[in-house]
Amino acid sequence: MLVLNKVKIQEMADNIAEMDAVKGRSLWTDARRRFMQNKAATASVFVLTLIVLFSFIGPYFAVWTNEQIDWAVLGRVAELGQPSFANGHFFGTDSLGRDLYSRVIQGTRISLSVGFVGATVAVIIGTLYGAIAGYVGGRVDQFMMRIVDILMAIPGMFVLILMLVVFGRSILMLFIAIGLLAWLDMSRIVRGQTLSIKNKEFVEAARATGVKNSKIITRHIVPNLLGVVVVYASLLVPGMILIESSISFLGLGVQEPSTSWGALISDGAKTIRYDTEWQLLFPLAFFVTSLFCFYFIGDGLRDALDPKDR
Amino acid sequence: MLNYVIKRVGLAIPTMLILIVFSFLLMHSAPGGPFTSERPLPPQVLANIEAKYGLNQPLWRQIINYIWGILTEFDLGPSFRYKDRTVNDIIEQGFPITIKYGGWAFIFAVGIGVPLGIIAAVRQNTWIDYFAVGFSIGAAVLPNFVMAPLLVIVFTLWLGWLPGGGWNGGDFQHMVMPVIALSTSYMASIARITRSSMLEVLNSNFIRTARAKGLPEHVVILRHALKPAMLPMISYLGPAFVGIITGSFIIDLYFGTGGIGIHFVNAALNRDYSVIMGLTVLVGSLTIAFNLIVDLIYAWIDPKIRY
Repeated sequence: MLVLNKVKIQEMADNIAEMDAVKGRSLWTDARRRFMQNKAATASVFVLTLIVLFSFIGPYFAVWTNEQIDWAVLGRVAELGQPSFANGHFFGTDSLGRDLYSRVIQGTRISLSVGFVGATVAVIIGTLYGAIAGYVGGRVDQFMMRIVDILMAIPGMFVLILMLVVFGRSILMLFIAIGLLAWLDMSRIVRGQTLSIKNKEFVEAARATGVKNSKIITRHIVPNLLGVVVVYASLLVPGMILIESSISFLGLGVQEPSTSWGALISDGAKTIRYDTEWQLLFPLAFFVTSLFCFYFIGDGLRDALDPKDR
Repeated sequence: MLNYVIKRVGLAIPTMLILIVFSFLLMHSAPGGPFTSERPLPPQVLANIEAKYGLNQPLWRQIINYIWGILTEFDLGPSFRYKDRTVNDIIEQGFPITIKYGGWAFIFAVGIGVPLGIIAAVRQNTWIDYFAVGFSIGAAVLPNFVMAPLLVIVFTLWLGWLPGGGWNGGDFQHMVMPVIALSTSYMASIARITRSSMLEVLNSNFIRTARAKGLPEHVVILRHALKPAMLPMISYLGPAFVGIITGSFIIDLYFGTGGIGIHFVNAALNRDYSVIMGLTVLVGSLTIAFNLIVDLIYAWIDPKIRY
């Protein structure tokens, strides 16, 4: 017994000598552990990864490209265009005889990238704006936040459509417009956090040693905001996808021949009266599943990174 | 309180002006005038038309005229596409419809969402709580453009109970699906918000005190817990209102109900700028007014708000 203990103690001493016994648990290790314990969130990450992988690998299994029209099906889509392995239309065809499998892959790529790019734009603008307003404080803060108040009072969807009409309906414009409208919430949250961080000792220490203000914001404030930012960013992505989809559903977003989940759902919804439900249900299934995953992941991240909020 | 009201109204007016000026500038910066067509008009005719609509004046003059027209006689100008209609005609025709089903959707969302959230919180971890939580998670991914076709599949194509679209003066049958499609996701959000804030309030000290002094449970909930628990829900009403108005675009497009949404979308597709502007101004001012009311109610209920 005693010998065993001695061995253990010796091992520990060695470990300490090699400096890996006292591996500290950082905030992020803790957060990862909490996140992994959340079964719904981890399952969602898995499913979402599958969907992303599908959008990359899927085309290799496709028999038809997203532009080819299957003339054999055209005109009798309801009978011949059904999902089948025999003619290579795994998800059936759309009302123009195009392969829905390939179209869904195309739509998945665009919807997901709108979600991520839009959220990224919003996060970058919102974080910097909020951090600057919160850090500088005083009149500048008042003025900057008053602008946000005013912009928030304007119904975003209308301005978004207005911008799409004026500057033309392109995907790039959609990216920019959605991102530009979504940073407002972000900036408010970040400002609030910054206000509480900027009075902490380490910021004071940085200031005392003569670090420039711009550097304090980017090196000391923003990294400490990351937890909150990540949580809200994860909720922004599905929000962006929702906005894009409803605009595309109205026919004002992504334009043919390009497509997105919203545009596909819109096409499918228009033709349900002709017994072609699959044209609605396949894109809908992808849309709903991904949105579910994003919400669960967002929930998991909030529990992991922001445990007091709930 | 009065100071706060003045401050909030003071913020609402410049917001409105900024919205008008911003959308006016956006519209003006668009390539091509409203009368640019494939076959160019003779310059003299074009000049006459522009003079008629006041487009030959300097930009600032146009903006002031536009705002003055709205303020004095609520005149939003003529439609550039439909020569026989003004924007006011379009609003008169479409807006009552939007308000009718939108209002019902709003009432429906609040009237079911709030009680559901309260009951779920009071009966935490019972089947009704699980149902409410499950419903609010499920409905979060069922926005109106997903609900609308699904409802049509079930109630029109399978069951044949309800007409798949149209308005017909807004009778019950034609209202059911638009209202359900429009309200589901907001109902779910309201239920979720109400539940979590109610849970928080029920765990707080003053509720324990109320229980400790022997108040019956329904008095504790209705008299003490309800008011503070409603605050987060009230601040959600603003976004929900905007969401229902914008959701009406999809309802109008899909069910053919004929509200302002369809006019807005058509105007956007046809580049009918004055209609887009007019509807943006109308909905913008409604939103701002609604948010103002919500804020005032909030300040009235919550004593912690500083005036």
